Amino acid sequence: MSLGSQILQYLFTGITVGSIYGMVALGFNIIYNSTGIINLAQGEFVMLGGMIMISLTTTFKLPLPLGFLISVLLVTMIGAAFERLAIHPLKNPSVITLIIITVAGSILFKGGAMFLWGKGTFTLPAFSGEKPIFILGATILPQTLWILGIMGIVVLLLTLFFSFTQAGKAMKACAVNREAANLMGINVKVMVLFSFALSAAIGAVAGIIIAPISLMDYNRGTMLAVKGFCAAVLGGLGSNLGAITAGFIIGIMESLGAGFISSGYKDAIALVVLLVVLFVKPSGILGNKERSQLKKF
Amino acid sequence: MGKKNLLSLLILSIVVMILPLIINNPYYLSILIFVGIYSLITIGLSLLMGYAGQISLGQAAFFGLGAYTSGILTTKFALSPWIALIIAIFVTAGVAFLIGIPALKLKGHYLAMATLAFGQIIFIIFNQEITYTGGPSGFGQIPYFKLGKFMLDSDFRYYYFVWIIVLITLTLSLNLIHSRVGRALRSIHGGEITANIMGVNTARYKIDVFVLSAVYASIAGSLYAHFVTFLSPGTFGFSFSIALLTMVAVGGMASVWGAIMGTALLTILPEFLRIFHDYDILIYGSTLLFIMILLPEGFFIGLFNLIRKGNLPQSHLLKKLLETRR
Amino acid sequence: MNTILEVIGLRKEFGGITALDGVNFKVSNHQIKAIIGPNGAGKTTLFNIICGLYYPTSGIIKFKNSKINGLKPYLIAKKGICRTFQNIQIFENMSVLENVMIGRHCRTKSEILPAMIKLKKTRYEEREARAFAQEMLAFVGLETKAFKLSSNLNIREQRLLEFARALATEPELLLLDEPASGLNIRETEAMTELICKIRDSGVTILLVEHDMSVVMEISDEVIVLNSGKVLAEGTPEKIQNNEAVIAAYLGEE
Repeated sequence: MSLGSQILQYLFTGITVGSIYGMVALGFNIIYNSTGIINLAQGEFVMLGGMIMISLTTTFKLPLPLGFLISVLLVTMIGAAFERLAIHPLKNPSVITLIIITVAGSILFKGGAMFLWGKGTFTLPAFSGEKPIFILGATILPQTLWILGIMGIVVLLLTLFFSFTQAGKAMKACAVNREAANLMGINVKVMVLFSFALSAAIGAVAGIIIAPISLMDYNRGTMLAVKGFCAAVLGGLGSNLGAITAGFIIGIMESLGAGFISSGYKDAIALVVLLVVLFVKPSGILGNKERSQLKKF
Repeated sequence: MGKKNLLSLLILSIVVMILPLIINNPYYLSILIFVGIYSLITIGLSLLMGYAGQISLGQAAFFGLGAYTSGILTTKFALSPWIALIIAIFVTAGVAFLIGIPALKLKGHYLAMATLAFGQIIFIIFNQEITYTGGPSGFGQIPYFKLGKFMLDSDFRYYYFVWIIVLITLTLSLNLIHSRVGRALRSIHGGEITANIMGVNTARYKIDVFVLSAVYASIAGSLYAHFVTFLSPGTFGFSFSIALLTMVAVGGMASVWGAIMGTALLTILPEFLRIFHDYDILIYGSTLLFIMILLPEGFFIGLFNLIRKGNLPQSHLLKKLLETRR
Repeated sequence: MNTILEVIGLRKEFGGITALDGVNFKVSNHQIKAIIGPNGAGKTTLFNIICGLYYPTSGIIKFKNSKINGLKPYLIAKKGICRTFQNIQIFENMSVLENVMIGRHCRTKSEILPAMIKLKKTRYEEREARAFAQEMLAFVGLETKAFKLSSNLNIREQRLLEFARALATEPELLLLDEPASGLNIRETEAMTELICKIRDSGVTILLVEHDMSVVMEISDEVIVLNSGKVLAEGTPEKIQNNEAVIAAYLGEE
């Protein structure tokens, strides 16, 4: 393979995983915008989405679209239940309490998944065959097209939701100013529930579409969460466009790094990027400083 | 340190000294050794989180740095465990210092994520530097400590060795808490900006206590390496950082006594609940969740309040204590 | 009289908004100087700059003839400037006495290692700090509350606690940010007396206060700030009769 097509290949891989990081980052943003919380259990929603989908379609032999729908629905309910049971009862919690609670939630989901599925790794057959498509000497799996397409749809639906529906507008209002939104008659508590459900749903979609190209196991969530968070921070916490862009950047850096530097340290690349961004410009490279409300912490 | 602490210290010392004479089972003794080793880390974590109000989700990495430095220096470079322990302290302190300077400028969620990322990077290094660390399968044949002619190779001897170190560390930490520096740490928790205006070099003390907690974890790591004599990365991952966090939260964050009790409970209990063996993260997860929701001041502290006042613990009080202000 | 604090051409902009616009004034030793002005005049910004919380956009602040702007707050405290806060900022997780002992921090030295092994010097220092803090509590009249949790004090007591804590740093210049707010008439009178007592003990005071009767009663000099500029400066009598000041205050209402 020529160097050119090799680089192209890495770009394709990077864009594929990058879109997943972007979607995880979207999940972080939605909850952060309406609550100011960083939900450290975000990666577990992704893992749960993938695992439930695998069980439904391989064990229970459900057709793909039905499995997809039920998986997303189940994870959405898990996300909503998590908010009701663990976040909602808190009165005026401190930041440390919130961090510990979402961490606790994440390992509880992880433990639950291990209990249900064991420690093994599972895989999902690709949505439409495994026959690679050749482009300029590089190959793309059909699943990559599915991933990009579905991510496009998710972003489109989110944009429509935030611009045209009552609930979406209310959530946006909460993001701008929670107290003012409350005074205007928006039920902020319900919006918090909504945001958890919505970001769980997005996480689940991400988990389902990536399952065919990446193995799934109970322990997959943490790394996805960290990388998604990396994308969220790089893109400027709270900015959805930034999140998607940063997701691609990190995905591409990672696959180039794995190809040209060391595949063993692949996972470390995003982490190093995260540390550098946090240490140098925590408002994000792509974000806008005024909007990222760092002072809240 | 007040009379209450002195008395508690005396009682703990007596209990620690007598326990091995009652427990003859070497297996139980080894669990108590682990309680001691982990207590060193949680005492440090309690200083960092409970007193200074700074969170760390990467404490297992400092434990690992201590353990691996000790293990590698004694096996690959044939140094004495004592010298390895000292070098490990300096290595870990150095790393903590370098990472602490930028990290501790961050607050809340950002600090949590930065320490988590740092811990994961160290974990990846343990897995990847196969020449030194043996990679995912680890390496063994780490020598025991030697005290003069005494080889610390029996659980009985090692128990006393570890716990004497724990008692010394505990005493030093109690001294620290009830000192000028201890007050400064709590003032950072109570209101960082105000503390600075009142003359406290907050940035410096945050780094100081971060490095101190790393040093405690490093010592624990060395003690672990020369006890288990085998190291693999699995021990030092994110889930152990969370286990440590749970131990401190169970005991009550703002108390080093709580840290020790929480450590003892969460180290001993899973051993008796054999059915949960593989599912200990389920226990940690649910414990952490329930405690943070119901008894945010910690299981033991909450229980004491319950018994003493005969009423429900005032969780809002501690929430105020824990409140990280701007 | 010697000048203790000199503010020269102080400017502060917050992203396009000018909070302070070329402020000049001097504070002489052992006097009480009040800063008044309508809301948004820049009084609190000025305090925040003097104690090192904000860096000025331009300008110089000299304390005892050496430049202090650019120093971190804790170093400024060490040099001898301390303050109280309008919205009370006590350490709610600590006892009253411990709060005041934080004030002793910058006058003591023991660091982490000596504290851990309790050197003789450390123990001596700790005793000294405790005694000094108790003295300060007695000075403001809180000696009986020393071992209470500070969050259990009422507003008046919390204000006094802030005074004791600030005094424990042995300041030469004390900045008081609305010390009478939230107090009733009788409490305000006691507060005025306390401020005079502090001045008489040799501490220079810079005061921001909305209660004009307090300002006019105790100040040696008054500065009027308006929209980030010094509008007038002088003795209380002169200020009360200054037309520009009257106009600014009436215009504001």
